[in-house]
Order: sequence, then structure tokens, then C-alpha cells
Amino acid sequence: MIGIDWYLSLSAVLFTIGAVGVLIRRNAIVVFMCIELMLNSVNISLIAFASYHGDITGQILVFFALAVAAAEAVIGLAIILAIFRNHLSIDVTKVNLLRW
Amino acid sequence: MITYAFVLLAVFAIATALALVLSKNTVNSALFLVLNFITVAGLYLLLEAQFLAMIQIVVYAGAIMVLFLFVIMLLNLDDESTLFSKWRFRYLLAFLLGAGLIGQITYSLGGVAGQLPEISDRMSEIGTVEAVAEVLYTDFMLPFEMTAVLLTAAVVGALLIAQYKVKTTEQVSK
Repeated sequence: MIGIDWYLSLSAVLFTIGAVGVLIRRNAIVVFMCIELMLNSVNISLIAFASYHGDITGQILVFFALAVAAAEAVIGLAIILAIFRNHLSIDVTKVNLLRW
Repeated sequence: MITYAFVLLAVFAIATALALVLSKNTVNSALFLVLNFITVAGLYLLLEAQFLAMIQIVVYAGAIMVLFLFVIMLLNLDDESTLFSKWRFRYLLAFLLGAGLIGQITYSLGGVAGQLPEISDRMSEIGTVEAVAEVLYTDFMLPFEMTAVLLTAAVVGALLIAQYKVKTTEQVSK
């Protein structure tokens, strides 16, 4: 059986890929998918700790994180649709109404 | 055996995540994300969290990704032609921030290296549906009910945000 640090390292790598993706991509849907990737990578480390401690609370936390991620995906995609209706584009650099 | 399975799944997860970020076609990105979610579900199975592995596939790879693909289809976007051509300084800054992030996480992991938990012999007991349900419906009953309120609020909010023309009360009463 492998140590928990392998799972934590994988989680860190996936989180970093997601964060870099949020920073470099301009397509709002891809940015959103990168956020889902980051949420998922945190879930990996939560489940790894839950399993290695033999404590189920971490898995319950992942369950609630899944529910919140579902709600977040619904709202976020609705906002993307609303932005697309107003701008006919989902390029995040072109949505500059609140920017100076 | 488990080490080989972990290495295989980890390499596949990282490859699909990179493909998600670097793919120009949005639909390809979404399908790579589905692959990534399924791989992560395999990792959950390695950690003997069977219930969450199934939930991961049903909720994430099933429901949420169908929603993503539906929105992509609705928007009818073209491929991005310039993924890396303009804004070089911005990409450099993003990669530097990413390197800093992973460096910091690795550094803090190294700091707690001696205190990480060893493998628990209760691992196979806690991931089953019975074990999750027993705790979820007793100790975490109130948060579980709150999840229902949250999901209802999300559905109502999404309908309000995404509807084409918001009707005011006067228009509804007419």
C-alpha cells in the first residue's frame, strides 16, 4: 500500500493545473471546467485523509462538496448564458463592465 | 499491484487535466474533463470509498458534464484560434504563479512529512453505503436537509438568471 503523500502530491498537481488553466484560458466555459477540476483535486486529498485516518467525516464533507459543486455549476452556467446573450461572446477578457 | 494502479490512474488524471487546459475545442475540453472525473473515481475506489466513487460518476461525469455539454451546444462556439499567440507576459505570469503555488504546497507537505497518518486498518469499513448513510442521517441530518434548500435555491436562481426576458409582476398579472 502506498503512502498518503502520493495522493496529496497528485491532488496538488491537479490543483495547480486547474489554477493555471483559470489564469491562461479566456473561454469562460473552460475556466469554469478548470474550477471543477480544482474542486475535484481537493476532494481527492479529503478522501485520502478520511481513508488513512479511518474517519468517515472527510467522506461526508466530500459529499457536501459535491452538492455545492452541482449548485455552483448550475448558477455559473446560467450566468455564462446571460453573458452570452448580452455580449454574443464568452471571452472573459471582453466582459469589462466592472473594470477600470 | 495497488501502486501500479495508482501510478496508471495518476498519470492518466494528469494527462487528461493537461489536455483539458490545452485543448482548443471546448467540446474536447469537456470530454477530457469527463475522462478526468472517471479516473478520479477510480482513485476513490483505490481508497475504498465505493459510495463516493459511484456518486462521482453519476453526479459529476453524468449530470454536471451533460449540463456543460448542453450549454456548449447552446452557445455554438467556434474553436479558439489563438491559444498562445498574444499576451505573452500574461501567460508567463500565470505559469510563474502556478510554479509558486505548487512549490508552496510541496514545501508545506515537506514540513508535515513526519506527521502524516499511516494506513488505517478501518479503511475498508468506512467507504460503504451503509457506513456513509449511518453517519449522514444521524450526525449530519441538519446539513443534509440544508443541502436540499441549497439545491432548490440554485434551481430557482438559475431559472431566473437564464430566462430570456424577465417578467415583472405587472406583466405576470396581466
